[in-house]
Amino acid sequence: MKEMMIILVSAIFVDNFVLSKFLGICPFLGVSKKIDSAVGMSLAVIFVMLMATVVTYPIYTILLVPFGLEYLKIVAFILIIALFVQLVEIVLQRFVPPLYQSLGIYLPLITTNCAVLGVTLLNIDKEYDFLQSVVNALGGGLGFMLALILFSGVRQRLQDAEIPQFFKGMPATLIAASIVSVSFVGFNGVVEGLFQ
Amino acid sequence: MFEVYILPILIFLILGLVSGLLLAIASTVFSVNTGKKAQQVREVLPGINCSVCGFSGCDEYAKQIVQNSVVTNKCIPGGDKASREISSIMGIEFEDVIEKVAFVYCNGTKSVTKEKYDYKGTPSCSACNEFYSGKGSCDFGCIGYGDCAQACGYDAIQIINGIAVIDREKCAGCAKCVTQCPKHLIKMIEYTDNVQVACSNHNKGKETRICCTNGCIACEKCVKACNFDAIHVKRNLAEIDDSKCTKCEGCIGICPVGCILS
Repeated sequence: MKEMMIILVSAIFVDNFVLSKFLGICPFLGVSKKIDSAVGMSLAVIFVMLMATVVTYPIYTILLVPFGLEYLKIVAFILIIALFVQLVEIVLQRFVPPLYQSLGIYLPLITTNCAVLGVTLLNIDKEYDFLQSVVNALGGGLGFMLALILFSGVRQRLQDAEIPQFFKGMPATLIAASIVSVSFVGFNGVVEGLFQ
Repeated sequence: MFEVYILPILIFLILGLVSGLLLAIASTVFSVNTGKKAQQVREVLPGINCSVCGFSGCDEYAKQIVQNSVVTNKCIPGGDKASREISSIMGIEFEDVIEKVAFVYCNGTKSVTKEKYDYKGTPSCSACNEFYSGKGSCDFGCIGYGDCAQACGYDAIQIINGIAVIDREKCAGCAKCVTQCPKHLIKMIEYTDNVQVACSNHNKGKETRICCTNGCIACEKCVKACNFDAIHVKRNLAEIDDSKCTKCEGCIGICPVGCILS
């Protein structure tokens, strides 16, 4: 149990996929303008991360490893991720059309979101077992959500701020993103102490 | 051989098949019925892509009606019939379409105007207009080569005696002719606003009289005759305010040059 908590908390804060590993920057900058679409996007990413991990882990251990086909894991994982992204897209279009419209191109782009592929590959690299992998994926997704929600708040403040004309828009956003990510360095080494 | 080459192919074949099947099932189970509705609405619309509704074409308007519940009475060429059918497809209340027709603000037929020069170029209004504002003696009037008639998809415009004449019954109100006229003589009016001053000449009365005997000379007789304050002379041209005009047609007989038509 303690081990799971460490994995979960460190996936959310210390090894935050967006702010510490710099994966999935595209939706981080693209969908963080409004808090509603940020929440929707994060929920979609959490779902895809969880389901992708649940499915790819057995595929890797049962189908690929016994036959020495580990080198094909990226192809197989992308296939599975694409499947779940399509599923999410179909379901969202059916049940939450406003969210589907506000996410726009960023929804299908979850397929190539390196945070999702990153979770599945890192689970293999770190030699987690199935349950640990799922917890890590959940933590990764929650970390993504935290980063997106935090940053959408920052961006709303940024819109009202008086900044020089040449910094307005993307330059100021990128600087703000770097400052937010610097603040996450502060979590380094905290987790081990938390669960002693 | 088998494990190195065939097995990976088999594994991916099966993986692909399974995910493909799953997606196929999901897309039928969660199918969005807006696509079907949009298709139905699109079939009711006339399909001439005139963008009078304010959208880029019939496809876009159908999509907007279904997805964003845009009002159903924006299609003027479709008229009441299209609006009624769309309303029944969408299951919402019918909204009346305000029919509009095009009107040519010129009555300078061949018999009442002269020609400045003999034009032998391309028979097109916009080409002729390049040379000294057209061949007609009136710089504001209809040139009469029928650029508007070519644009019309309803065969509602004909060149009769040198000017464009619009068949009010045939005109669907798509406004395609409006942009074609190099003199900007065609404007869209509501179907019921049938009393109009058919002249666009802003010159002073005497100059207008020299180039066209049907032109408005700004004598203000109609202004005085109108009991509803609907006619005003602006820049030497009488204009009828459609919102005030009661269509009593009292001004028509009074006009000395006969340029008010009904």
